[in-house]
Amino acid sequence: MRGHYRILLGMAPGVGKTYRMLQEGRQAKAEGRDVVIGYLEPHDRPETAALADGFESVPRLRASHGALELEEMDTEAIIRRGPGLALVDELAHTDAPGLRHEKRYEDIEDVIAAGIDVISTVNIQHLESLNDSIFEVTGVRVRETFPDRILDEADEVVLVDLSPEALQERLRAGKVYRRERAQAALNNFFRIENLGALRELALRELAEDVEQRRRPILLDPLSQQAVAERVLAMVEPQPKSQRIIRRAWRSAQRLGAEIDAVWVKQPGHVPTQEEATQLAALKRLSSILGVHFLEEEGDDLVGTVKRVADDRGSTYIFVGTPDERRRVEILRGSLLSRMVRELPGIDVRVVTDRALREVLDE
Amino acid sequence: MNLLHRKKHLEPGTKRVLVPFTRGGLDQSVLDAAIRIARAEEATLVPAYLIVTPYEFALDAPMSQQVAAAMPLLEAVENAALKAGVPVDARVESGRTPIHGLKRLWGVENFDRIIVPAPQGGPGFTPKDLLWILMHAPAETVLLRPHTNGESPAASDETLGAKVETA
Repeated sequence: MRGHYRILLGMAPGVGKTYRMLQEGRQAKAEGRDVVIGYLEPHDRPETAALADGFESVPRLRASHGALELEEMDTEAIIRRGPGLALVDELAHTDAPGLRHEKRYEDIEDVIAAGIDVISTVNIQHLESLNDSIFEVTGVRVRETFPDRILDEADEVVLVDLSPEALQERLRAGKVYRRERAQAALNNFFRIENLGALRELALRELAEDVEQRRRPILLDPLSQQAVAERVLAMVEPQPKSQRIIRRAWRSAQRLGAEIDAVWVKQPGHVPTQEEATQLAALKRLSSILGVHFLEEEGDDLVGTVKRVADDRGSTYIFVGTPDERRRVEILRGSLLSRMVRELPGIDVRVVTDRALREVLDE
Repeated sequence: MNLLHRKKHLEPGTKRVLVPFTRGGLDQSVLDAAIRIARAEEATLVPAYLIVTPYEFALDAPMSQQVAAAMPLLEAVENAALKAGVPVDARVESGRTPIHGLKRLWGVENFDRIIVPAPQGGPGFTPKDLLWILMHAPAETVLLRPHTNGESPAASDETLGAKVETA
């Protein structure tokens, strides 16, 4: 029978993953389980080393890489020893060349396949799918990555959380790195904005993980499709449409939704030079935001938007405040009331100019 | 200002005043000055947030982290201008460097005046960038020194970026 796999996920080094892993190991041991340390990175942290005291540690494998003598986890020795639970630090670690596997998470898979439970640790920056985002946030290209499936396949993923300020405090106190290294770390990777962004990524990743685990139980594929949000922004080649796209994008981010923008032009309409400039700017903005920009022709604005919304599966529509003449409103009904009437099941949000509210209040 | 008067004011101006800025934010004093200039010239203010796309990505690749920082900043700038009765036409432009983004923007759009915040040693424009702008800008360029009270831009409460980030 396959062992149970629990991953302790952190936003950065120093949040206390290894410490937590050892605490959980101690707890398991106190409950009478057979617990060993498969591999531990003490990182010269006295508190961690003290907590590791009293555990049986499976001897490490010595491997040579050029002039370097490296110590690696001995997967075969762990499997031979056959404990109930093995504690293995840093699952994204790259093994020395010539060993059984390239990466430690592959070694862990063997241990789990042998029926041994594993608690392991990793930082969010190592997650393969976030590699570009991490680079964008921190300017650091992380080389040691692990595939997303590892988190998906784990039985449990637990976030070891610490506020960025508390982590910086730990750094300053020399609890993460030696003091001389801590200052450089604070000025680089451990800057407050970096830590904030990494924490957000870790929290979001965990939220998605929780959501994914919940879905198969709660929803069949048809109902999943029914609750997936998709945002549609109705734009025109006008300056205010920049704001509509931006607001729609922000809402889409919060909803975790895809977003489309559509401009419905009259059949045969040739944009003026000003409209062409605005249109190009809207397309550039859409491209930067990852918005799918659509140009559609149609006499009937609401009818065309309805067709697009049906095709794209839109659940939210963002529209600017209409510039309709009162006469048209009386004759045909206002654009908004027609939209609400003709697009049942779709939320309509009017993007207004917030500064206007302040002016009216004054 | 009553609503009718303000609406009249918000008709797009024929002139366009570009105010480019980067992740360093836009100093409140620079923004105020830019709004005053745009109002005096009955121009449309074009605040443009310049995103830097690393070489690993396609130039127009979505840069969600930077964009997430840009959005509230642009919104704040836009609100400040609209509240002052100045029409706004905001932009987000990407490039390999802030200067590259700027060059791409004025390659496709016309501006009558460009207002640039002076370098403060923060993450905004560098003195080298500024020199390049002064030499190559296609319109009259106004260089504005931010009012910092001796503080660095990142630390100053006068910096709109800092205000928005901490909100």
